[in-house]
Amino acid sequence: MFLSVVLLLSGCSSLTVLDPKGPAARTLSDTIIFSILMMIGVLVVVYVLYIYMLTKYRARKSNEGYEPPHEEGNIWLEITWTAIPIIIVAILSVVTVKTTVAVENVPEGYESQKPLVIYASSSNWKWHFSYPEEGIETVNYVNIPTHRPIEFRLYSFGTITSFWIPQLHGQKYAMSDMITKLNMVAEEPGSMMGRNANFNGEGFAHMEFEALAMSAPEYEKWVDDVKATAPELTEDEFNKLLNTAHVGRMTFSSTHLEFSPPPEEGHHHGSGGDHSSDESPDTEHDGHHGQDEHDNHDEQDSHDGH
Amino acid sequence: MKWDEFFVTGDPLIYGAMVSIVLVSLAILFGLTYYKKWGYLWREWLTTVDHKKIGVMYIICALLMLFRGGVDALLMRAQTAAPEMKFLDAQHYNEIFTTHGVIMILFMAMPFIFGLMNVIVPLQIGARDVAFPKLNAISFWLFFAGAMLFNISFIIGGSPDAGWSAYFPLASIEFSPTVGNNYYSLSLQISGIGTLLTGVNFIVTILKMRAPGMTLMRMPMFTWSVLITCLIIIFAFPVLTIALLLMMFDRLFGSQFFTMANGGMDMLWANLFWVWGHPEVYIVILPAFGIFSEIISTFARKNLYGYTSMVMSMVVISALSFLVWAHHFYTMGQGAMVNGFFSITTMAIAVPTGVKIFNWLFTLHKGRISFTTPMLYSLAFIPIFTIGGVTGVMLAMASADYQYHNTMFLVAHFHYVLIPGAVFAVIAGFHYWFPKVFGFRLNERLGKMAFWFIAISFNVTFFPMFFLGLQGMTRRTYTYSEETGFGPLNLLSMIGAIGLAIGFILLVYNIYWSTRYQPRDKTGDPWDARALEWSTPSPVPVYNFAVTPKVKGRDAFWFAKKNNEPLSDEKITKIHMPSNTGKPFVLGVAFFFLGFFLVFSWWTPSIIAGIAVLIILATMSFERDHGYYIPAEEIVQTEQKLRGDTV
Repeated sequence: MFLSVVLLLSGCSSLTVLDPKGPAARTLSDTIIFSILMMIGVLVVVYVLYIYMLTKYRARKSNEGYEPPHEEGNIWLEITWTAIPIIIVAILSVVTVKTTVAVENVPEGYESQKPLVIYASSSNWKWHFSYPEEGIETVNYVNIPTHRPIEFRLYSFGTITSFWIPQLHGQKYAMSDMITKLNMVAEEPGSMMGRNANFNGEGFAHMEFEALAMSAPEYEKWVDDVKATAPELTEDEFNKLLNTAHVGRMTFSSTHLEFSPPPEEGHHHGSGGDHSSDESPDTEHDGHHGQDEHDNHDEQDSHDGH
Repeated sequence: MKWDEFFVTGDPLIYGAMVSIVLVSLAILFGLTYYKKWGYLWREWLTTVDHKKIGVMYIICALLMLFRGGVDALLMRAQTAAPEMKFLDAQHYNEIFTTHGVIMILFMAMPFIFGLMNVIVPLQIGARDVAFPKLNAISFWLFFAGAMLFNISFIIGGSPDAGWSAYFPLASIEFSPTVGNNYYSLSLQISGIGTLLTGVNFIVTILKMRAPGMTLMRMPMFTWSVLITCLIIIFAFPVLTIALLLMMFDRLFGSQFFTMANGGMDMLWANLFWVWGHPEVYIVILPAFGIFSEIISTFARKNLYGYTSMVMSMVVISALSFLVWAHHFYTMGQGAMVNGFFSITTMAIAVPTGVKIFNWLFTLHKGRISFTTPMLYSLAFIPIFTIGGVTGVMLAMASADYQYHNTMFLVAHFHYVLIPGAVFAVIAGFHYWFPKVFGFRLNERLGKMAFWFIAISFNVTFFPMFFLGLQGMTRRTYTYSEETGFGPLNLLSMIGAIGLAIGFILLVYNIYWSTRYQPRDKTGDPWDARALEWSTPSPVPVYNFAVTPKVKGRDAFWFAKKNNEPLSDEKITKIHMPSNTGKPFVLGVAFFFLGFFLVFSWWTPSIIAGIAVLIILATMSFERDHGYYIPAEEIVQTEQKLRGDTV
């Protein structure tokens, strides 16, 4: 069964997670396949022993009256099956720490390029993508240039969501009181599924978006088109948008960041921050959230490696 | 409040459930009256402080909850069996997976384990009852009150719908304005008090009430596992209790601990929940390890291999279980160093767990293995749980978890851990100890049939989910489109779920069939087993041991049999027993109403129910009850009757 699993995994590109289109997802895919192979090794040892014990020592007519010996244990055997798992865990720990650091940072080979910053924020069951440099904003789809590092900055206007484009990178939470970051690069043009992976209520199942990777010139052209043709996003319209449960795709030639700035990085709460006393993202769009305006610098996450 | 806000309306499934609940309740009331069983019910069960009867009541509730949670599971599988199904709507689906999770963990697995430990632990250590029998009854009735409160939510007011982990802000009053999550907060608080009391009770029982000669390192492995489990309980459950209390304040009294505004921290809830939630996994799994140790050793006809390392590994697991909680949210953005730390602690748990697996395998080595029903479940546990274990190591790798988190891969993993680890264990223990409590074995043919249905269907149901996860299917998703390609594997999973259902129905049918037709066991030791509980007659008399056994080593009863020595040479004397009391039951009822009124924020009734709780507690505190004595002649008679002429 498990050999077939390996064959299936290695040959099967229908498994989205193992069909990466960028270096971060490739690192993760390699890590997953490596760990599966290690674990199959463990399973084989256990299964062989298991089958041996069950076939050899089952009660039969022929061994009726056989009285099994009294065995307290064997110190060397027990040391062996403690030590070998420790070695396996140690190997996996090294791999884990290395790959975790790798996928948290800008992918190797792209460090010198200036990343494209895109704010991805969720509200109800939709995603807003703000491009501060380009000054454009989209809803429920995101276009990105290939071969350029993208820095997604994630936050939420409500429940915790989890931003996930499995063919580019693993997921990360978007929360209302802090910014989290995901660094990724797309190396092939094409359309990819993106979604919220963290259950957040009634419309969760449909909270998907399209991530479309395109060459740099195509991307430039798309940005210019948007600037020329799309309407501006006004504060009123944005607030209305926030309160709508589901919308289709939308495109704007300005961002909501100007009137509704994102929470600060690394601070766990007091999303207003230093510069936004009357414009925090939560104060405006509905009456529920009276934000605590003075940031009390609860540096809960100051150790988190930013 | 209008009546249609009080009762859940508009869904034919729920109307059906309401009608059947009313009919079943009427049938029970009628049956009790017709057969004049009210007095029997009150005297023998509702007021009992006998650990065996309390254990039986726990197990009956757990079986009922297994079916409630199982129906939830079938509904979920039916809804996702094909793309774009229109069987359940999103809200209904969300309520069902929430109640499935809460019920299966807190109202099925835990009470099933508590039931087995109630019945067996005092017998294994040669005690007459637990240390605090009345407290034990309180534990049960608080659990029962909590479970009933949670279960009525789906017809009265609506069930919780924010997942069993109830993450904030989703579970806050702002995003979940129905009373559903009030039920969650209150019912778990009430049953949680019961759990905590059980933890204290069994620690004292095991530490103070062992038979003479039974040192800690001579205890049967199940008793060891219960001792360690209870230690985890008293450290972990206070965290949940406080988290739920803060949740209740947020939802009922307008505080802002976990909300988005005024400095509330949604992540604090996630941390508190999993500081309890991960040890909770071991609260249900460690006793399972104990059960398997007993059964494997009995049916391999060998002593447990590596006893000391079995104990040590459980101690290590229990300590590590408190150091891994953040692996439930690697994706919260703590950074690589924090995630690395929790990855390593999590993977470290694989080491002591592996030690246990190898010890079980070497218990089989040179044994003489007979494949009885309890042994089949125990043996099936090893390969299936190992898959759960190795996928657990895979999930522990923080980087890779960025791709598994929140997907069906995770769902597959924890079912591969919890079903063999907890469900197989309690079913195995149920078959194994059934004759001890009821005096006859369950039918082996039916038992094995149910086993094969359950073991095979389990894999058909959950193995496809590993692939669904890698295909990108998120958990808790009530529908998906055709293009995703999730359809075929989900259909396969549905077919497996039906097989599981058939298996569990066979299991219950076996109880009915065996009650009617199985021959009665007069020996008290039908499996030729090893621990002290088998030295008593079956069904176990109320006083357990006519004379307290003297223990000279591990597997005391086994060696007493081999060497043909009696476990004790003392004469039968009168036995001191605790008297029954109705107050724990009344306390449970009062707590139920307190919880119910608080769910709906009905303050005056809540205050009255709260005062009632305090009055009952006060009267219990000032009660003087010295119990009663069973005279020696009566004991001699009982023993002779139960054992035939052998005494």
